[in-house]
Amino acid sequence: MAQHRDTPHLAQRKGFPWSRVVIYGLLGFFGLIYLLPLIVMILTSLKPLPEIYAGSMIALPQHWTVEPWIDAWERSCVGLNCNGIKGYFWNSTKMTVLAVVISTGIGLLNGYVLTKWKFKGANLLFGLILFGCFIPFQIVLIPMAHLLGKMGIASSTTGLVFVHVVYGLCFTTLYARNYYMAFPDELVRAAMIDGARFFSIFWRILLPNSAPIIIVTVIWQFTNIWNDFLFGASFSTGESAPMTVALNNLVNSSTGERPYNVHMAAAMIAALPTLLVYIFGGRYFVRGLMAGSVKG
Amino acid sequence: MASLEIKGVKKRFGTQEILKGIDISVDAGEFLVLVGPSGCGKSTLLNMIAGLDTVSEGDIVVAGNRVNDLHPSERDIAMVFQSYALYPNMSVEQNIAFSMEMRKVPKPEREAAVRDVAKILQLEHLLKRRPSQLSGGQRQRVAMGRALVRKPKIFLFDEPLSNLDAQLRVDMRTEIKKLHQRLGTTIVYVTHDQIEAMTLATRIAVMRGGELQQLGTPAELYNRPANTFVAGFMGSPRMNLAPAQLVGAGDNLSLEIQLGERPKARIPLPPQPEPLRAYAGKPVIAGLRAEAISYGSKANGAGNSLQRKVEAQVEVIEPTGPDTLVVLDLGGYEFTARLDPDLTLKPGDRAEFNVDLAKLVCFDPGTERLIA
Repeated sequence: MAQHRDTPHLAQRKGFPWSRVVIYGLLGFFGLIYLLPLIVMILTSLKPLPEIYAGSMIALPQHWTVEPWIDAWERSCVGLNCNGIKGYFWNSTKMTVLAVVISTGIGLLNGYVLTKWKFKGANLLFGLILFGCFIPFQIVLIPMAHLLGKMGIASSTTGLVFVHVVYGLCFTTLYARNYYMAFPDELVRAAMIDGARFFSIFWRILLPNSAPIIIVTVIWQFTNIWNDFLFGASFSTGESAPMTVALNNLVNSSTGERPYNVHMAAAMIAALPTLLVYIFGGRYFVRGLMAGSVKG
Repeated sequence: MASLEIKGVKKRFGTQEILKGIDISVDAGEFLVLVGPSGCGKSTLLNMIAGLDTVSEGDIVVAGNRVNDLHPSERDIAMVFQSYALYPNMSVEQNIAFSMEMRKVPKPEREAAVRDVAKILQLEHLLKRRPSQLSGGQRQRVAMGRALVRKPKIFLFDEPLSNLDAQLRVDMRTEIKKLHQRLGTTIVYVTHDQIEAMTLATRIAVMRGGELQQLGTPAELYNRPANTFVAGFMGSPRMNLAPAQLVGAGDNLSLEIQLGERPKARIPLPPQPEPLRAYAGKPVIAGLRAEAISYGSKANGAGNSLQRKVEAQVEVIEPTGPDTLVVLDLGGYEFTARLDPDLTLKPGDRAEFNVDLAKLVCFDPGTERLIA
């Protein structure tokens, strides 16, 4: 036993710490491999075009330039239109923000009703909502196109917002419901005795204590909706297309010598919002996902 | 005037009857404690008074108004919860003022009311803190403050002390009793702790399996329990209960306690009232409190005519400090006696003990009800 207790001293042994070198060396190596695509993208987007065709992919630019980024934003051609991707970026922003806010709001309200105002069949209803999480995108394409047409919002940002809200509700409801399951009923009962009604209990008692789960649903919804391609390609046309669809069109519509630097810059711009959301919300994400799973 | 009337209240979940018709009338200023083992329906009854649970049958009347169909906030009641249920996102001040905010009381009035309550409960220095920054006892006081500020007709307490450690629980118990004495508001208090019930209540309602077992003052419940359940539930150590045979007739009745072939214990009784005389020659269940058995010269009620001598064997000795609990073998049954701490007895000793029959109670072995 005594020998076992001494084991930690091995690490403090005099001499060169070879094991550390190996561990950090391997970690660094695989980290680099993991980052390589990003590095290539960033380097390529900062090089003039001749350099790309002349040199190696991972060579540093000889002339640093942000011209490709400006080109992508202002002047690149998507289809026949050469106004850059900025319009599509705003399409995506509008669509994503609206869809995230609406689906998160309704999801939280659903979770509140399903846990704190239980009615007959609440669990069955929740089961059905949960089932919605497993419906593949492709199945709903044709019926959804039909419905959007009937509602008169086909090929518009409104239509896309609607689709994403409907599809996202299953997930936001699931998250909110599980979070509110662990929310003490006594608080709701105390608020009732204090004179709060349905909406004031939600607004004053539950919502202010929902930050972890709001962050989780916002990140989840934001990345899914911003990155979605299938719905965007199916339910939008031309000017109303979201960023992902525009990026695809941009890459496909260039003729002659392909401006890889502009493509890379555009792809970086397209990926930036989700990256930022992760950086600022990421540490709450895991914490929120775990919330409620362990008591206390 | 009755401040709260519970009239034939029943509660059903599906086909299962949780409360089987409860009738209690509480006078203004009373401190009623609902006590019973878990699952007896006491919390359900409290929730029904509060309006957090629906009434299946019967009426709940607060200060003359039937409140069955009123929202909890309109019943003129306030409730303190077991977990305190403080809103974690609000400061102490906001917690206390929340009910007034919901009723749209103007801000200056709200602040004045919060100050008054904070003064009563000594919370003034904590008003800006969040519940998470408070100790258990402080949270408890905030929870009471939230109830107090509404000046309700009735306070409801749902096991408010069960989350506190033993020492704090005793302190808060005194605190609650002081508060009741000062405010004089009607209180309905739920607990499973019979000591809490005895110390706080002006009246106690003992419940079991959705039925009211007995409703009375702490002294009534302690001295004249309505049945063997109440006898065993109230008091610590619990009342000694043993099957016995009532022998003799008229004014010369005796109790014989004997298990199998063990030595028989025979206790001659003083003249008994008519109902018990009717049991002459029949079995009964004899109930005797631990403090009714004494030893040596320091006999409880020594010299009075209801004192009898009985021989028993010492089985176990449990010192508690102020007194020593001695488990005796009396006619084969275990009897606990509360004796003097400076006791010279040892386990295995046979000795003569004094039994004070003034507080002897007998129960019918079939119905388990008090014979009176």
